[in-house]
Amino acid sequence: MDHIVIIGNGIAGITCARHIRKNSDARITVISSESDYFFSRTALMYVYMGHMKWQHLEPYENWFWEKNRIELKKARVQNIDFQEKKLFFSYEESFSYDKLVLATGSNYNKFGWEGENLEGVQGLVSKQDLQLLEDNTQNCKRAVIIGGGLIGVELAEMLRTRNIEVTFLVREEGFWHNVLPIEDAKMISRHIKSHGIDLRHQTELEKINGDENGRVKSITTKDGEEISCQLVGLCAGVSPNIDFLKDSALETDKGILVDEFLQTNIKNVYAIGDCAQLRSTRKKRKPIEAVWYTGRMMGETLAQTLTGKPMPYRPGNWFNSAKFFEIEYQTYGHVAPKTSAEEMHFHWQHKDNTKAITIAFHPETKLFLGINTFGIRMRHKVFDSWLNENRKIDYVLANLKQANFDPEFYRNHEKEIFRSFKENLQQA
Amino acid sequence: MSKIEHNMSLTGDAPVKLSIVQRIASGIGLIGLFILILSIANVDFPNKTLFLSLSLGLIAAGTAVFSADLYLGKHAGIKNDGVWFKSLSGRGFWAWILGIGLTIFYIVLYWMPQYLGLNANAENTGLIALFDPLSKFISGNPASQWFVYGTLYTLAILVFGIKFILKYRNNRYEVLRTFSVMFFQLGFAFLIPEILSRLNQPYFNPANIWPLNYDLFSGYKLNSFFSAGNVGVIMLAFGLISIFVITPILTYKYGKRWYCSWVCGCGGLAETAGDPFRHLSDKSQKSWRLERWLIHTVLVLVTVMSIAVVYSYLGNNASEFWLTKDVFLWGSAGFLTLLFVVIMVFKRKELAKDAQYGAIGFLVVILAIISINYFSGNGNIFFVAAHKLREWYGFLIGAAFSGVIGVGFYPIFGNRVWCRFGCPMAAILGMQQRLFSKFRITTNGGQCISCGNCSTYCEMGIDVRAYAQKGENIVRSSCVGCGICASVCPRGVLKLENDDLDGRINSEEVLLGNDVDLMDLVNQRAK
Repeated sequence: MDHIVIIGNGIAGITCARHIRKNSDARITVISSESDYFFSRTALMYVYMGHMKWQHLEPYENWFWEKNRIELKKARVQNIDFQEKKLFFSYEESFSYDKLVLATGSNYNKFGWEGENLEGVQGLVSKQDLQLLEDNTQNCKRAVIIGGGLIGVELAEMLRTRNIEVTFLVREEGFWHNVLPIEDAKMISRHIKSHGIDLRHQTELEKINGDENGRVKSITTKDGEEISCQLVGLCAGVSPNIDFLKDSALETDKGILVDEFLQTNIKNVYAIGDCAQLRSTRKKRKPIEAVWYTGRMMGETLAQTLTGKPMPYRPGNWFNSAKFFEIEYQTYGHVAPKTSAEEMHFHWQHKDNTKAITIAFHPETKLFLGINTFGIRMRHKVFDSWLNENRKIDYVLANLKQANFDPEFYRNHEKEIFRSFKENLQQA
Repeated sequence: MSKIEHNMSLTGDAPVKLSIVQRIASGIGLIGLFILILSIANVDFPNKTLFLSLSLGLIAAGTAVFSADLYLGKHAGIKNDGVWFKSLSGRGFWAWILGIGLTIFYIVLYWMPQYLGLNANAENTGLIALFDPLSKFISGNPASQWFVYGTLYTLAILVFGIKFILKYRNNRYEVLRTFSVMFFQLGFAFLIPEILSRLNQPYFNPANIWPLNYDLFSGYKLNSFFSAGNVGVIMLAFGLISIFVITPILTYKYGKRWYCSWVCGCGGLAETAGDPFRHLSDKSQKSWRLERWLIHTVLVLVTVMSIAVVYSYLGNNASEFWLTKDVFLWGSAGFLTLLFVVIMVFKRKELAKDAQYGAIGFLVVILAIISINYFSGNGNIFFVAAHKLREWYGFLIGAAFSGVIGVGFYPIFGNRVWCRFGCPMAAILGMQQRLFSKFRITTNGGQCISCGNCSTYCEMGIDVRAYAQKGENIVRSSCVGCGICASVCPRGVLKLENDDLDGRINSEEVLLGNDVDLMDLVNQRAK
């Protein structure tokens, strides 16, 4: 009987373990040093804000693991001997595997800023980061957040619930404009500001300044402005957590390089989730996608391969979601931040500043490429099939109501959106 | 983990702080409450109309001002900041104080009304006397402890309904639903029965349906209907039509939510005054198992009890009235058996093993009791006199369970303990909702991030996430359709819908967004 060892108990590793168990009786061990049980990383913010307690982040009750014979081991892997198929921990003990799945996730980026290792400077990725944030915000009056991404805006929301003033440094001219088209980005920027956040566009960090005790006391921007603060949130993206594998036989780049079967250069060693980097990609997808859904899908796929049904990883249409304070965001297909010869955008925005959609389509063929939707919920299934059926933008807009997923009795905007589309098209 | 929570309670000052306006509003409300407490202590207010208006008015105004200050200054959206840090909503000191206070109030109300000022053969004193002017104004009679309770209950639904509407003003489903429970409480549950009694008609709340209204078929009630002539017969007929026609049709079209979270008074209080405690429900599989056994046991009890009281009310002589004791008894046995057979024939596959055993067990118990009674020729059905059975049911279920535990323990066990574990009406509606209804909560493809907000804020203790993260629709008999799971979901994953019966219960092993071949392969194999 194979012993499959999974390093990392996040969504990728745990999904893989669950699906292996559905199909086989192999011995499964999941190793993690972060937490006793699988938890939802995306929900860390809600514990800090008092919406939930830690136990609510755990999707399975504690008896689940034993019942499904998924062994959990709390330890930190220091070294791997790929020849002998052995894992080594910080203390003297080794652990053998037949097949190894690396699902070690991400760390937040540090770009070598001066003062980035001072006390009170941190990111928010792990359970330990959350605990640290509790300590770091004990007597915190003002925080500076570096980097306008999804973790940054979550951190801003968290800190505001404790009445901490937040200055938010964003490189782009609109929030998350490296992903969102400018109108979308600007609407989110306005919304963030309306929550009392001091949002600074086109502002970058020069250095972080410490006091005599090695704690952060201020930051300096590239424009030379000094902003005093007791916390600096490093939210300028994440990168694969693979430092402990750097000098091994494992081929890595930014992440662990894997083929389409999610196998590394070493036989019987696989990598999934945030830490994996695909050697080749399809359908405009990126080699590293540090999102929940990709981790889950890789786990689902790899479990098939590991249980005797080799299955290449071929994700379908891109989708994602987030929430910016009150505004929910969903996206289906691809919407580039900037238009091009191959991509035009139709943008509609509600006058209340909390609802908008941007639809990307091909200027000549009118092929529907993707949608960003803000404040209006849309059906995944409907957009997935429209993308597969190569629908045109006219069709999408004429049938938008089918895709609406808002709660009952909500006001509809499809007619207004359709009218706006017709009018703009005539002007163009 | 303990460190996080420990620290949070220490640093959580910001989200729990009260503003100046909120403090003043609390003061105003407490003054109103204080007047009631003084009157319990037998302070005899000179002008009762004035002081009663003052008391109720101050309570209402305090709550309204408090909620307005709490919510209106902020963006419309989810307002759960600090819920677990606050003493009152986080099972802290104030939660226990409130829980104990409410429990004592219920005990006194049910079993020691004399302490509230109810005097046998004499004028009311104390708290009940304070409510005399209002009672006389509406029904023409002096107040009883039930009138006091009904007034406070209605007031709670109204003022906390306003609070709820302000809190969820971003969500039209929640706003409309709350207007609906406020309307049915004020009109149907409070005013109509009182006005009927002013008109010398039987006390009747059309929205209180058997078996929640376990007294509908008791002897004194049937007497009051029949002695009221046509009006009484219409009431009884409406009661029967509600059970056998209106309820099944509406539940088929909309799920049990049409009643439990739009009409019902128990649900109304749970959704308004009980809203701050909705996250306290137990989500474990253990408590789900307890729920299924407990609620169906209560359903069996109320069925047996109701059959007993009607049986004892009827006569033996077919020439006087076609519905004799025997006809009724065997008619009931036949109806229950037929219902059982229909479910087992058409819906067997949708029932889990324990549900099948449970159903068989319960049917056998009921039929056995009926047969034993019949063949022993005992007039006292079910071994004890029917009225005794009704008294015991009223004491154990009607008062202790639905009142003391159901409401008294809001701050400890959550706001839907009665609805989840005890209400026989919810059991019937739930059975239909699970097996024969268009209602479901749809899961939006692969968008779930397993965050747990839906499960945490489900007042019925449903582990919503367990379904959502599998891409599975939520079709659970206990779901009252309050819509909060869909509201707190940060990724737009859940939607309450009435749609085709086909594909209502689904389970995607591999979620939307992944390889189409893999999804097909795995999901076909799962079937």
